[in-house]
Amino acid sequence: MEWEVVIGLETHTQLQTKTKQFSSASTAFGAEPNTQACEVSTALPGVLPVLNAEAVKCAIKFGLAIDAEIPLRSVFSRKNYFYPDLPKGYQISQFELPVVGKGKVTIQVPAVGKNAAYEKVINITRAHLEEDAGKSVHDLKSVSALHSAGALQDMSGIDLNRAGTPLLEIVTEPDMRSAAEAVAYAKKLHELVQWIGICDGNMQEGSFRCDVNVSVRPKGTEKLGTRREIKNLNSFKFMQQAIEYETRWQIETLEDGGKIQQATVLFNPGTGETKAMRSKEEANDYRYFPDPDLLPLEVTEADKNAVRALMPELPEVMKARFESEYALSSYDASSLTSSRDLADFFIETVSAGSDAKQAANWVMGSISAKLNVEDKPISASPISPIQLSQLLRRISDNIISKNAAKQIFEAMWLDGGELDAIIEAKGLKQESDSGAIEAIIDEVLAANPAMVEEFKAGKEKAFNALVGQAMKASRGKANPAQVNEILKKKLAA
Amino acid sequence: MALTQADIKRIAHLARIEVNDQEADETITKLTGILGLIEQMQAIDTNDITPMSHSQDAVQRLRPDVVTKTNLREAFQKNAPLLGNGSNEQAIANGLYLVPKVIE
Amino acid sequence: MINSSLKSLSTALQAKTISSVELTQEYLNRIHQFNPTINAYITLDEAKTLAQAQAADARIAAGSADALTGIPFAQKDIFCAKGWVTTCGSKMLANFVAPYDADVISQFDAAGAVNLGKTNMDEFAMGSSNETSFFGGVKNPWDFSRVPGGSSGGSAAAVAARLCAAATGTDTGGSIRQPASLCGFTGLKPTYGLVSRYGMIAFASSLDQAGPMAKSAEDCALMMNVMAGFDERDSTSVNHPKEDYSRDLKQSLKGLKIGLPREYFAEGLDTSVAKVIEAAIEQYKKLGAEIIDISLPNTSLSIPVYYVLAPAEASSNLSRYDGVRFGHRAAQYDDLMDMYMKSRAEGFGAEVKRRILIGTYVLSAGYYDAYYLKAQQIRRLIAQDFTDAFKKCDVIMGPAAPSTAFKIGEKTDDPVAMYLQDIYTISTNLAGLPGMSIPAGFVMSEDGKDLPAGLQIIGNYFDEARMLNVAHQYQQVTDWHMKMPVMPEGKQ
Repeated sequence: MEWEVVIGLETHTQLQTKTKQFSSASTAFGAEPNTQACEVSTALPGVLPVLNAEAVKCAIKFGLAIDAEIPLRSVFSRKNYFYPDLPKGYQISQFELPVVGKGKVTIQVPAVGKNAAYEKVINITRAHLEEDAGKSVHDLKSVSALHSAGALQDMSGIDLNRAGTPLLEIVTEPDMRSAAEAVAYAKKLHELVQWIGICDGNMQEGSFRCDVNVSVRPKGTEKLGTRREIKNLNSFKFMQQAIEYETRWQIETLEDGGKIQQATVLFNPGTGETKAMRSKEEANDYRYFPDPDLLPLEVTEADKNAVRALMPELPEVMKARFESEYALSSYDASSLTSSRDLADFFIETVSAGSDAKQAANWVMGSISAKLNVEDKPISASPISPIQLSQLLRRISDNIISKNAAKQIFEAMWLDGGELDAIIEAKGLKQESDSGAIEAIIDEVLAANPAMVEEFKAGKEKAFNALVGQAMKASRGKANPAQVNEILKKKLAA
Repeated sequence: MALTQADIKRIAHLARIEVNDQEADETITKLTGILGLIEQMQAIDTNDITPMSHSQDAVQRLRPDVVTKTNLREAFQKNAPLLGNGSNEQAIANGLYLVPKVIE
Repeated sequence: MINSSLKSLSTALQAKTISSVELTQEYLNRIHQFNPTINAYITLDEAKTLAQAQAADARIAAGSADALTGIPFAQKDIFCAKGWVTTCGSKMLANFVAPYDADVISQFDAAGAVNLGKTNMDEFAMGSSNETSFFGGVKNPWDFSRVPGGSSGGSAAAVAARLCAAATGTDTGGSIRQPASLCGFTGLKPTYGLVSRYGMIAFASSLDQAGPMAKSAEDCALMMNVMAGFDERDSTSVNHPKEDYSRDLKQSLKGLKIGLPREYFAEGLDTSVAKVIEAAIEQYKKLGAEIIDISLPNTSLSIPVYYVLAPAEASSNLSRYDGVRFGHRAAQYDDLMDMYMKSRAEGFGAEVKRRILIGTYVLSAGYYDAYYLKAQQIRRLIAQDFTDAFKKCDVIMGPAAPSTAFKIGEKTDDPVAMYLQDIYTISTNLAGLPGMSIPAGFVMSEDGKDLPAGLQIIGNYFDEARMLNVAHQYQQVTDWHMKMPVMPEGKQ
């Protein structure tokens, strides 16, 4: 039997706010345990939540970015369960009425083997605001020295610094049909939330965490299979591995006559396997009800317009603009808009006066290659857009050759330095004096009569050989275009 | 709606309150009376009535995203409970609250 | 001094005929004498109290005193007060020293008032007799064999026994008004959202409201001037302009339309209490008021609705007491689950556990629509009843409680009978309306004691100034509110 995998994602994005969802405590990462756990984060008796305006703005931004319905009113509810890192014994979330309704994200699934690349629309069910939990520290050996009570190996430590950090949970329809699609979606979303500036995207620090619902069904059937949820995936590589493993496992289980039990599973990067978590004592009964401490959240048309005015140009719009304004290919435009930082780098290079096509080639070529090798983001490029633009202008102004530019680029990447000083120091300035070039060509023609004969006999190759000789004679400094032009004239004479 | 001992135990477990059999039986008696009272609601037709969560018809006020809280860990942890199980020390270490190992 | 109004105390303090330290000491002496019997206070901290009195005297000397500067108040132990043990009447918080101030406490502090101590209450404000307190019951100063009402029973007994100049309370289903009726003083539950809930330990968030408990309407007005006000830390705090609640006290009641809801005088109301209420209504007629027959048809549903909504909210509000960060943790436990189960089983009393279980049940899967949602829908019907009624009248009057104070232990085994104590008060909490109880007379008990009974006045939203006026005018022509219980000597 042929099987089809059905995948949906729930992504928790930590919003880039200074303070928590419901209190004015800092959300900065990495502070000493519980030093950012204010009375609200610690859930002291009598404290109350007040909603962060910036978090709401982030949610609206996201809604606008995916062209979603943003209802006039949404409601905060309590999700009740006991866990030591959940200080109130409930999480404030949104249940029936989320801040962002249905929307769409278009993904580009890359070519794999003989399968060509394609685009697909993934439907977003909803996105809702909620608060993060704290952290449980299981390895207390590192905090030893601490307790004469001993038995710390049997204890967990609770740090509530993260408790209350604003989250936007983004939920898709079960629209994905392969690990590749799921990863393409996750990457696209990861890029989008950074693009619109609502999430720093730092997966190591947990700013962007995916739960993946996976089920399988016989191909051609409609009814969804029982799903298992892979929790807390924080790398795209793991996501790919986890989904592939989980899919195989489910198919094998069913083909062996087994049944899939609904479960929450964890991916073990060490073994590459997924494994069901120790099942929680009772079926989750979260007893959602509207939080009486919070009133309905209202988002008016005016609120949306105010946020719209702050929105950056979205990647799709920018891509189309690059194609029409700069005559870039769809592929180039798409690559350049794959991240906001990359796009900004390109735009700054162009606005500093260089040719767009050239800028695109260099940004996606030399610069991206270097960054890839060094595993750095574009923001860490030692060559700034302005420097790149100057370099490209020296080429178009015929001051240096492309080859010379490559050498200069290498030097600047490694050691920095001022462009013209490097050109001078390395003696890479191009010879554009036509008299001097004519003299060189005369010498070359005189020294290579055989080649001249061959050219005259119709061999085009001989022309290129003569150009090569001329360039060599000038030690690479002659302007190739001028060499071509003068050589053509002389041979025609 | 007759509550059983199993119902009480299930609810008590959800609420994380230990009840023994005798307490569960006593609870059944008292809760049955209260739930009988509550049942009176079922006689009312509430079709098309919007549920009322708040007495005010107001919307949520938003707070500017400005850090105003300072570190009050020491003050808050003065209230940390004793570790228990023979220890008279507070259930804190290096700023962390200590609980029995959380198993996932 | 002990029977003086807040206004005359203020005048005496500012004229320096008495110092705040002297006045505070006088109350502390009475507390020493009577509290061991009455048990109105859970926590006293004389050093803190007297330091505040000294500071108040300095402020008076500096000429920067406010209306309540130097006056000693009792604070219900539901308000977090920095440095004070704040128990909420529970073993769970028996050792909890609040590290911050509730807004109500901050407001009294800013006014220069003196905190005499934290008063006893039903555990987490769940009760109508103060018998669920972990710190023991409270005796009704009018008859020590009877309850003071609840949940603000300690504040009630302290006001009635003159163990404070006045006190704060909170009212979720009648916890200010029912004890005011049973102990014979004036208590006001303001419009929901008028007094900040910040730092007031939550029972049922959508119903909880703090208010003054004092001898007279005039005293309540002065306290409201301090307690009411917008607080950005409470999302449900109403951004209502500051007002002077005593501004209308002297207004005539000529033409006042008083609505009497039929349902408040039906079966269930003690006949002798009914007579007290009828006499009070007669008095109002003499003051020029017009009586209008009204109906609040859904009154009887207020109890079932309340006993779904309040426990539901409470079950969630009380989840934070898990023995992890503060509060009671079991001395012996096996693992995390066992620690939760035992800490909460040991830390909460029977009534609190009962309500947590009810709340958990009505919110649990499969029951939400039939109970919680249904209750919220009927809540709207109840609120609508009042909206309709206020089209016909200015205030609504009736009893605050169905009977006078009952015997200690009389209703502890019958939660439903206990819950019916709040039949006349709960619907105003559900609607979010202000309500008050004022002393309206006495009923002779079967054992020959005079027991107070209160008249309830319910106003429209934000109509506190008018309600206080209505109460004050009555208190100008009656002296029920000036009566003091004659108490056995107590410990000297």
